[in-house]
Amino acid sequence: MPSERLLGPSRLDVRKTYKLYVGGAFPRSESGRSYVVEDSAGRFLANAAHASRKDARDAVQAARKAFGGWSTRTPYNRGQVVYRVAEVLEGRRSQLVEEVRSAEGTSRRTAETAVDAAVDRLVWYAGWADKVAQVVGGTNPVAAPYFDFSLPEPTGVVAVLAPPESSLLGLVSVVAPVIVTGNTVVVAASHRRPVPAVTLAEVLATSDVPGGVVNLLTGPLVDTAATLASHMDVNALDLTGAAGDAPEQRAFATELEQFAAENLKRVLRAPEQEPDWTAEPGLERLTAFLETKTVWHPIGS
Amino acid sequence: MAEVSTGSTGSTSGGFEYAPAPESRAVVDIKSSYGLFIGGEFVDPRDGRSFKTISPATEEVLAEVGDASAEDVDLAVQAARRAHTRVWATMPGRERAKYLFRIARILQERSRELAVLESLDNGKPIKESRDVDVPLAAQWFFYYAGWADKLEYAVPGTVAPAPLGVAGQVIPWNFPLLMLAWKIAPALACGNTVVLKPAETTPLSALLFAEICQQAELPAGVVNIVTGAGDTGRALVEHDDVDKVAFTGSTEVGRSIARAVAGTRKKVTLELGGKAANIVFDDAPLDEAIEGIVNGIFFNQGHVCCAGSRLLVQESVAEEVLERLKRRMTTLRVGDPLDKNTDIGAINSATQLAKIRELSEVGEREGAGRWSPPCDLPSHGFWFPPTVFTGVSQAHRIAREEIFGPVLSVLTFRTPDEAVEKANNTPFGLSAGVWSEKGSRILWAAGRLRAGVVWANTFNKFDPASPFGGYQESGYGREGGRHGLEAYLAV
Repeated sequence: MPSERLLGPSRLDVRKTYKLYVGGAFPRSESGRSYVVEDSAGRFLANAAHASRKDARDAVQAARKAFGGWSTRTPYNRGQVVYRVAEVLEGRRSQLVEEVRSAEGTSRRTAETAVDAAVDRLVWYAGWADKVAQVVGGTNPVAAPYFDFSLPEPTGVVAVLAPPESSLLGLVSVVAPVIVTGNTVVVAASHRRPVPAVTLAEVLATSDVPGGVVNLLTGPLVDTAATLASHMDVNALDLTGAAGDAPEQRAFATELEQFAAENLKRVLRAPEQEPDWTAEPGLERLTAFLETKTVWHPIGS
Repeated sequence: MAEVSTGSTGSTSGGFEYAPAPESRAVVDIKSSYGLFIGGEFVDPRDGRSFKTISPATEEVLAEVGDASAEDVDLAVQAARRAHTRVWATMPGRERAKYLFRIARILQERSRELAVLESLDNGKPIKESRDVDVPLAAQWFFYYAGWADKLEYAVPGTVAPAPLGVAGQVIPWNFPLLMLAWKIAPALACGNTVVLKPAETTPLSALLFAEICQQAELPAGVVNIVTGAGDTGRALVEHDDVDKVAFTGSTEVGRSIARAVAGTRKKVTLELGGKAANIVFDDAPLDEAIEGIVNGIFFNQGHVCCAGSRLLVQESVAEEVLERLKRRMTTLRVGDPLDKNTDIGAINSATQLAKIRELSEVGEREGAGRWSPPCDLPSHGFWFPPTVFTGVSQAHRIAREEIFGPVLSVLTFRTPDEAVEKANNTPFGLSAGVWSEKGSRILWAAGRLRAGVVWANTFNKFDPASPFGGYQESGYGREGGRHGLEAYLAV
C-alpha cells in the first residue's frame, strides 16, 4: 500500500489516553492522578485515570441529571439504544479481543468467546426493555371498584462495582440490566483491568446512549467505593465487584453495605466469588434495581 | 358491660347530638397476665420480667405482658427452626394452605372480639378496627392461603422456589393485628416459620392470635410471639439463626436494621415512614376529595405510614377546599374508641402524643397557621384534636418530617408539573393521592410520582392482592400480592 511505503515499516503507533467517562465526556481525573495498568504478564499497558472521590461525586451528579430523560424514554427506544450498543461493540470486536486477552491473560479463543458473549448479553437485555413490565407487573384483583395495577419503575441512580476479573463480559453483564430498565449508572471498572472498560465507554459514547446514563470510573475502589456507597443521591448499590470470602474482603463489603443503609439504598450484596458470567442470567439483576408502583384507578360510570 | 369512662366528647359537634353508642367490652376476655408464645405454648419469660399494657383512651392497665429477653428470643428462634425443619418446610403446600384457611376463618369467627380488643389496646375507633383492621387481616390469610400450593407460579423464572427458613418479624403499634397478618400470612404460605414481636404498646391482639393458632392446631413452633420493646426486637433481628428480617416501623429504626444485617445472608424487607402528598387538582370531584383528605390524614388518628399528610391543592380551588375541609372537620367526633360514632380515637401513647405536640409547636413557630375545630378532649388518656396547618412551605419541618398524628400540612401549586415536583420533594416515597375527574391526568401524575402506591380519587385503600411498599427512604420490598411472596422465598 502507498501509505505503508510512505511511512515505512517503523511507523510509531499513536497511543490512546485512557480517561474517565462522565456525563458523556471523557475527562481526566480532576485530581490529575493516573496509575499504571499492566497486562497479565506484568508489562506496561497504559496510564489509566485514577478517579478521586470528587470524580465519583461528579459522576453521580451526571447520572442524576440524565435520569429524568432516560427513565421516561419509551421502553422500545431504550431497547433500541441498548441494541445499538451491541452493534457498535461488534464493530470493535478485534480491538476488544486483543484488550481482553492482554488484560485477562487468556487465549485468543477465550477472549473471542468473552467478547461475543458480551455482545450477545447486550442483545438479550435489550429485548427485556419492553417485556419486563409484562412479566413482573400486572393487574391486581382487588375487592373494590378500582382498576389496580402494579408496574416496575427504575430505582434511580445505581452505583455498581464491576467485577475485578471479567473485564468486559462481567462489566457488560452488570451495566446492561441496570440501564435497560431506565436507571442511570456510575460504574467503577475493574481496577487492574480497566482498558476494555474504557473502550466500552467509547462504544457507549457512539451508540445513542445519552450522556450521563453510564458513567465509568477507573482506579482503586478504595478511593471511590465508599463515596458511592454513602452518597445520599445514589439509590442503589451493586457490590458484585467486592466479591470474595477473604475476611478483609468481607469486611470491605460489609462496611459499604453499612454506608448504604444511611439512605436505605437497595443493595445487591457481594457474592462469595465472582459469578460465572457465561451462564444465562436470570431476572435478578433487572429486578434488583426496580421499584414496584401500584396504582388504584377508580371505576365508575 | 364495662363502660369506658372517656365519654363521647365530640357528641355536640357539627350541630348534631349523638347519644353514646359504646360497643360492649364483655365480648373479650382479657387475662391479667400473658406469657410469651413459644413452641405452641404460653411460657413465662426466663427472667420473669414483664410490663404493663394500657388503654390509651383511659390509661387503665389492661394486662401484664412478658418482656422477652435475648434468651427468650433465642428459645423462640430455636422453636421456629425445629418447626421449620421437622414439619412446616416439608409439609405439602396444599396442607399448609388449609392451616392458613383455618386461621382466616377463625379470625372471621372471632372478629368482634378482636375488634374490641384492638380498639382497647390501640385506641383506634371501633368502626375502623371492626370494618378495616380485622376483616382485612382475615382476608390477608385467605389470600395467601391460596398461594401456599401455587408457589411455582409466583416468581417469574423461578421453577422451584424454596422457603428462606426462620423469619424474624417486628411490627408497629398502628395496625397491630393487620400488620401481623401482613407479616405472618405470606411467610407461612411460603413455608417459613416465624418469630414475631408486636409493638410494646399493643401486644394483646397478637397474643389472642396465638390462641387462634392453638385453636387452628397449627403445629407448635410455626408461629412464635415474643413481646417486649426495642431490645427484644434487636435481639430478634440480630439473631444468627434468623434467615429473614421483616420490619414495619420508623425510618430511623429501619436504618439501624439495615446496618445490623449488613454482611449477613439475611433477606430484608423494610416498610418505613412516609410523608405522602395528596394532590387535589382543580377538576377534582370536591365532595369526594374532602372525604378523601379527611380519610387520608385522620384515619387511625393519622398513625399511618402512608397517611396523606401533605395536602397539595391547586391554587384556583384552594380557598374553597380549605373552607369545606374545615367545615367537615368540625363534624369529626373525637372520643371513646369503643363508641361506634367515634371518628378519631386516642393517640396510641404518651410518647407519641409528645412527638405530635412538639412538631405542631414547631409548625407554629416556623410561621404556619394552625387550626383545629372546637373540640373537648377527655381528661384522661392521650388525645390530640384534628389539626390543619396552612401557609406551609416546603422547608417547614411539618412539611418534611413524619408527624404520625392527625396533623395536616396544606401547600398549594399552580401547574401539574409543580404539583409533581413538590410531591416528589421528599426523601420518602411510600404513597401519594391524586384527585381529578380526568383519567389521563390521573395516569400522567401517577406515572411521575416517585411513590410505591398511588391512590386516585381515594386514599388509604388496602387489599391483599395489591402490592404495597415504598421508594427511597420509605424502605424496600413489597407486601401484598404476588410480589409479597418474593420477600419470603429463595429465588
